[in-house]
Amino acid sequence: MNLTLKVWRQPSGEARGRLVSYAAQGISADMSFLEMLDVVNEGLIEKGEEPIAFDHDCREGICGSCGVMINGMAHGPMAGTATCQLHMRSFQDGDTIVVEPWRARAFPVLRDLVVDRSPLDRIMQAGGFVSIATGNAPDAHAILVPKEAAELAMDAAQCIGCGACVAACPNASAMLFTAAKVSHLGLLPQGQPERDRRALGMVTQMDLEGFGGCTNYGECTTACPKGISLENIARMNRDFRTAALRARPESAGAGGAP
Amino acid sequence: MELKANIPAGDLADMWERHKFDMKLVSPANKRKHTVLIVGSGLAGGAAAATLGELGYNVHCFCYQDSPRRAHSIAAQGGINAAKNYPNDGDSVWRLFYDTVKGGDFRAREANVYRLAQVSVNIIDQCVAQGVPFAREYGGLLANRSFGGAQVSRTFYARGQTGQQLLLGAYSALERQVAAGTVDMHPRTEMLDLIVIDGQARGIVTRDMVTGAIETWFGDAVVLGTGGYGNVFYLSTNAKGCNVTATYRAYKRGAAFANPCFTQIHPTCIPVAGEHQSKLTLMSESLRNDGRVWVPKRQGDTRAPGDIPEAERDYYLERKYPSFGNLSPRDIASRAAKEACDDGRGVGPGGRGVYLDFADAIKRLGEDTIRERYGNLFEMYERITDENPYRVPMRIYPAVHYTMGGLWVDYNLMGTIPGLFVIGEANFSDHGANRLGASALMQGLADGYFVLPATIGNYLGGRKFAAVDASHAEARAAVAQVKDRVARLLAVQGTRTVDSFHRELGKLLWEHCGMARNADGLRTALQRIPELRAEFWRDVKVLGTGEELNQSLEKAGRVADYMEFAELMCRDALERNESCGGHFRTEYQTPEGEAKRDDEHYAYVAAWEYAGDGVPPILRKEPLEYEHVKLATRSYK
Repeated sequence: MNLTLKVWRQPSGEARGRLVSYAAQGISADMSFLEMLDVVNEGLIEKGEEPIAFDHDCREGICGSCGVMINGMAHGPMAGTATCQLHMRSFQDGDTIVVEPWRARAFPVLRDLVVDRSPLDRIMQAGGFVSIATGNAPDAHAILVPKEAAELAMDAAQCIGCGACVAACPNASAMLFTAAKVSHLGLLPQGQPERDRRALGMVTQMDLEGFGGCTNYGECTTACPKGISLENIARMNRDFRTAALRARPESAGAGGAP
Repeated sequence: MELKANIPAGDLADMWERHKFDMKLVSPANKRKHTVLIVGSGLAGGAAAATLGELGYNVHCFCYQDSPRRAHSIAAQGGINAAKNYPNDGDSVWRLFYDTVKGGDFRAREANVYRLAQVSVNIIDQCVAQGVPFAREYGGLLANRSFGGAQVSRTFYARGQTGQQLLLGAYSALERQVAAGTVDMHPRTEMLDLIVIDGQARGIVTRDMVTGAIETWFGDAVVLGTGGYGNVFYLSTNAKGCNVTATYRAYKRGAAFANPCFTQIHPTCIPVAGEHQSKLTLMSESLRNDGRVWVPKRQGDTRAPGDIPEAERDYYLERKYPSFGNLSPRDIASRAAKEACDDGRGVGPGGRGVYLDFADAIKRLGEDTIRERYGNLFEMYERITDENPYRVPMRIYPAVHYTMGGLWVDYNLMGTIPGLFVIGEANFSDHGANRLGASALMQGLADGYFVLPATIGNYLGGRKFAAVDASHAEARAAVAQVKDRVARLLAVQGTRTVDSFHRELGKLLWEHCGMARNADGLRTALQRIPELRAEFWRDVKVLGTGEELNQSLEKAGRVADYMEFAELMCRDALERNESCGGHFRTEYQTPEGEAKRDDEHYAYVAAWEYAGDGVPPILRKEPLEYEHVKLATRSYK
């Protein structure tokens, strides 16, 4: 099939960007979206034009590197599918496809379709872990975990950190990403001791990074390639509220004051 | 160069315990004075960075991805082995050790493998404590399953995303240390050279992949956890960015490269769809627990699979290997698929595919159970092929998946350059000539969490390290060479894209150094690779500059290294006149077509020493002795 692409080109973070039209010709329905971009890039290089930069790595929907807005939809039209797993059979001959980077103030463009998602790592640093050092953990069977809790935790833990939830949200909120981690650990017995600190820390960092708030549009869960559910946001809100009510200055807590 | 394996004396069973006691310690006050550079943030690198940070070392960790969470360990699907024996089905440390040595076709070092099996149990404890949501039974205990090539159920898993969950566990431990200030994380940063000063690995040269800045970093030790080199074949299940550059650059600085020809071809991948194919997708081996592999008995049978009656199907794995059947080890299953297709009985476009059929399992267990076990894999298959595997059998074909070869290391995971440690897939140590399923995650985490953090202290303790910085002659020379290479790649201004060269190299290797090799083919490749390399340097087209985000330039640097490394692989394959594990030389097979090992002449590790450009590398041999597992012909019949 033959397609027209309108692709966001921006040589660097400081430069001005614009949409540029390219013809994508002889595209097979069996190609992935990124393979289609590969073909376009090979053609551009041969003509002496710089190829379109885009993030990608595993190309099997799990590393979370890839992700672009395709006709205004994060990761394109197919539900539960990352850009790399989207195949061209989702499009028709003659289509015009608009390809843009994730759009969010917290994700500045580095070049073309490549954005800086390091704020997500910093949210993780603010509490997305269980504080346990390597070595001498108790036997894995020492603490029983109900199957249901493990399954729910896994549902949340599947998040690939691609940032589609942020890009899809009219407020550019990172609530779904943050909630997935807060939920995953909050559902497991191992996550209980730090449950309050985690919710407070991660939500605070999320705000500091310049992400917007959640106003229940639900675009995030629709765009999410792993189908992370809104229930996680409800769970995080509950944890955050409880934690905020229980919170006391760290020093007082540490000293065991009433 | 001398290969000293440094295996501690004494009994295998308490060797590691005693060694840990015998090794030097670094006092808590002194740990922060040691800087350790860790390249790679996957299961091995990420776990090592987190653990060394926790111990109090000053750590710098580098990865080419935009976040350490994206290292390719994330894509491992099936599971992680551990000798927990929770199902009480006869597993033990000894059995895991035995299976791994045998599965590796007797080309791995016993002492390393035994330690791996011992440490495996700690890994599961550690990961559970971190909150890794492993699959569980209704009673709350961990679930186990059997996995390719094992007769016990020792594999722990998190749906079909075990690698993801283990890596996110290591990543969260790593981010905790970043927050604590013990680890400086450098994403979008690629190592382009190793700096060796006074015979010790003391630093690396990197390129900032956003600004293009070439920088130097120094420390008292350098750890490479940079993964395997499967992408030398262009098409593989590796992530697009996976590359040999870090290990190959270390090789050129004096680190011996061991067994480069040992590559693993995974039997269950989605077949190639066309020339545009950019990578191959694995379907977890766990599918073979319930799927049955078959091809039509008749050549050129183009009927739809449902129209081929039972009597006209050849369930060739069950036929040839009745005791292991569809769970035969990877090398054996892959080769059998190739044979069926070479025989004209392959299915799908181009006849390069075999069926993996779930009809019987669905009949036996019901569609819901199959969906629960493999739902996400079936969805992935359907997304890629547009076929519903609940209705029609999957089509699969072998693809390059893992590389057992890697930089040579001793028992302490140190290479032939003092201070250079190599962990995970990047080293050669534990899998011999063939890796068993669910053992890569085990080895990566064993090295990163438990082995390296102990052995690196032994190296750092009791040694004096002179202060070094970018003004040192060796550092300046390395930087100059890196800059010169970048400039040369940009200056060629030829006519062909980097990918077109990479694809051509990959085809050449797949043809001559893939699932089956022979001396004639390898000689052809050894002649053709230097020609292709010369064409590359004469005609490659890399646009843009070095001082910006330039993905073509990144690829060009990696492909330039593959162009040299491919030759080393073929040389190694040609030198090893035997068949073992993933290395199948067609000249050396039994009348039934099975691999014929030659223990008398080839029971050694082939470690190659760089001797200069245009000069053949020197082969050093580390003899392998089997005191505990009797050398035997591997049989899965």
